[in-house]
Amino acid sequence: MGTQKSIDYLNVDYGIRSWLLTLDHKRIALLYLISITVMFALGGIFAMLIRLELLTPAGDLVQSDTYNKLFTMHGIIMIFFFLVPSIPSVFGNFLLPLMIGARDLAFPKLNLLSWYVYVLGAIFTLWAMVSGGVDTGWTFYTPYSTTASTTNVIPTAIGVFVTGFSSILTGVNFIATIHRMRAPGLTWFRLPLFVWALYATSLIMVLGTPVLAITILLVGLERAFHIGIFDPALGGDPLLFQHLFWFYSHPAVYIMILPSMGVVSEVISCFAKKRIFGYNFIAASSLAIALFGFLVWGHHMFVSGESVYAAMVFSVLSFAVAVPSAVKVFNWAATLYKGTIELSAPMLYSLGFIGLFTVGGLTGLFLAALGLDVHVHDTYFVVAHFHYIMVGGAIMGYMAAMHFWWPKVTGRMYSQLWAKISALTIFLGFNLTFFPQFVLGYLGMPRRYHTYPPEFQVLNVLSTAGASILALGYLIPLIYLIYSLRNGERAPANPWKATGLEWTVPSPPPPENFDVIPVVDEEPYAYPDLEVQSA
Amino acid sequence: MPDSTSVAAVDPHAASAHLAHQFEDAEQQYETASLGMWLFIVQEIMFFGGLFTAYAVYRSMYPNAFAQVSRNLDVVFGTTNTLVLIGSSLTMALAVRAARFGTRRQLVTYLLWTMLFGTVFLGIKGMEYHHKWVEGFVPGPGFHYTGAGAEHAQLFFSLYFAMTGLHALHMVVGIVLLAILAVMGARGRFGPAYSTPVEMAGLYWHFVDVIWIFLFPMLYLLGRH
Repeated sequence: MGTQKSIDYLNVDYGIRSWLLTLDHKRIALLYLISITVMFALGGIFAMLIRLELLTPAGDLVQSDTYNKLFTMHGIIMIFFFLVPSIPSVFGNFLLPLMIGARDLAFPKLNLLSWYVYVLGAIFTLWAMVSGGVDTGWTFYTPYSTTASTTNVIPTAIGVFVTGFSSILTGVNFIATIHRMRAPGLTWFRLPLFVWALYATSLIMVLGTPVLAITILLVGLERAFHIGIFDPALGGDPLLFQHLFWFYSHPAVYIMILPSMGVVSEVISCFAKKRIFGYNFIAASSLAIALFGFLVWGHHMFVSGESVYAAMVFSVLSFAVAVPSAVKVFNWAATLYKGTIELSAPMLYSLGFIGLFTVGGLTGLFLAALGLDVHVHDTYFVVAHFHYIMVGGAIMGYMAAMHFWWPKVTGRMYSQLWAKISALTIFLGFNLTFFPQFVLGYLGMPRRYHTYPPEFQVLNVLSTAGASILALGYLIPLIYLIYSLRNGERAPANPWKATGLEWTVPSPPPPENFDVIPVVDEEPYAYPDLEVQSA
Repeated sequence: MPDSTSVAAVDPHAASAHLAHQFEDAEQQYETASLGMWLFIVQEIMFFGGLFTAYAVYRSMYPNAFAQVSRNLDVVFGTTNTLVLIGSSLTMALAVRAARFGTRRQLVTYLLWTMLFGTVFLGIKGMEYHHKWVEGFVPGPGFHYTGAGAEHAQLFFSLYFAMTGLHALHMVVGIVLLAILAVMGARGRFGPAYSTPVEMAGLYWHFVDVIWIFLFPMLYLLGRH
């Protein structure tokens, strides 16, 4: 480092106002990082309470009412307040302008507004939780949520409704930015695959989230004023609620997983020091997933009473969405083939992602099969499946992003040794938590009960033990990452020797990102050819 | 809709006062704002889309009841409001034109006319709501309906109030936006170099009108012979 202190986005200004009123996408990303970490910890505490209750067959730790609230709040916090905003709002926010050679997102004020909207939604939801909680499940199924439940449905619904607009604003901002703010020469097929993933994610955010918003609004109206849109007593149809809900909430899974796929594409290519295999296919498969993702929601309703023909169509389409997902997995595998592989911490997380996502994706095919779904519907098989996607997939990708871009974000290196230990701990703890749940579900243990027959105890004890290891795995990074902020080695501009415009600027980047807007004249992932390396 | 020729006419130097730091030139800024507004309208379409879907589902489930119950809506009010809104779209388009030419007086006049039309619409809507309230057609515990199709009447009126209410809420937001723009316009903030906010508000206003153009026949006219 030079003797003169250089100006970056962190030291350009101090004081609380310079953070709370910032329009800098990098600072807003950090605001999001802090908020979603708090929510993640909260959701994690609920998860641990659930696992502790399930340690024994009897309902001895909490009553059934409390248990219902625990899994509901775990789901709502983790999905709406952690997973959906996680990678887009933190790393997308931070990296998108840097990756496309722009000084900021298209609409910086909208960006800041989205964070405040998120916080407002979180406050509503947290208030609902501390003042008694909510027990509808994160799905808010009617008529239970509108007529039967006596818990805080309306404040929670307002929280989810409000937070949805944070997601919509982020999506609008990203799409406009990717279309209009690219540096000269940065054509669509020179974009990093993370940007393609963000683009596909943003499409889902803009097209899907409003449908959830109006649905939740109708639930709130029905509950508050008894106007009865979904009430069977008035001729309303609860199935309509399920259709509208899953029209967003299935694509929402792709909001969570697509950004992680983008991260993995960046990391795999960097630590194999090899051009990504099948760039066009990976880019197109992101869009294909976003498109197909909108056409498969009915597979959540196979036993809800939709017609056989509808179920068959949804089943076939659900199988079809596996194709673009598999395209990505095969392309990552082909990228690794004969690469110069360095098993750094981000790479370990990414490899973990590929393995766990594959398990989660393949078990999704079980659930897309009409006959088998009837057997495992609403059992722990489903719970295990979507945790393999959301935790094994989405959060592994989030952790990979955290470790890959931490030096860029903070200007500090972290301990590789501890990072690798945490990656392995999370991988082991995760599998020990959720693999037994596949077996439990197949044996018939239903989800959302706080008691179970004694013969399921061994597998539940394994799962709870795994959850403890998993929790430890998430705590270790909190320690060494915070430690690195003061004591870590200073990061060079490009510690991993990666390609991409974000690595051409200092770490941490200056407030305006680029002194001169770069001109891009080469393909992405232009790592040296293998022949040249070996020669 | 803004066409490309009018964009090219923007003089980048005169506009530099309005150029945000993340943009290279005024054209990029305008194009980006325009795309952002269209994306916002897309999400609005999906937002209303949920309600339109619910309406379509129930209309097809109970076609006769819905046709019967819809006759309780006042077509005279509905038609008048449709004409008022189409008029407001005209004055809005003229306001955008005035903003581009920088004719300050015209801009403010047309914005005020648009706001007036919007307010008249809301007034008529309020009268309709009041009639429905008096007749006991507001869904909830006090709902009272004895005519044909009574068993599904509340469903129809729930949708009617949800859809027109949400639309009216968008009108209120629009009128507030136009009021802000009228003040800015009176201070001479818009001209050939920079009229983006007026154009974006125009897009929004036209969108809200179009929603009504669909609501009116669906709620008032369908099934009425």
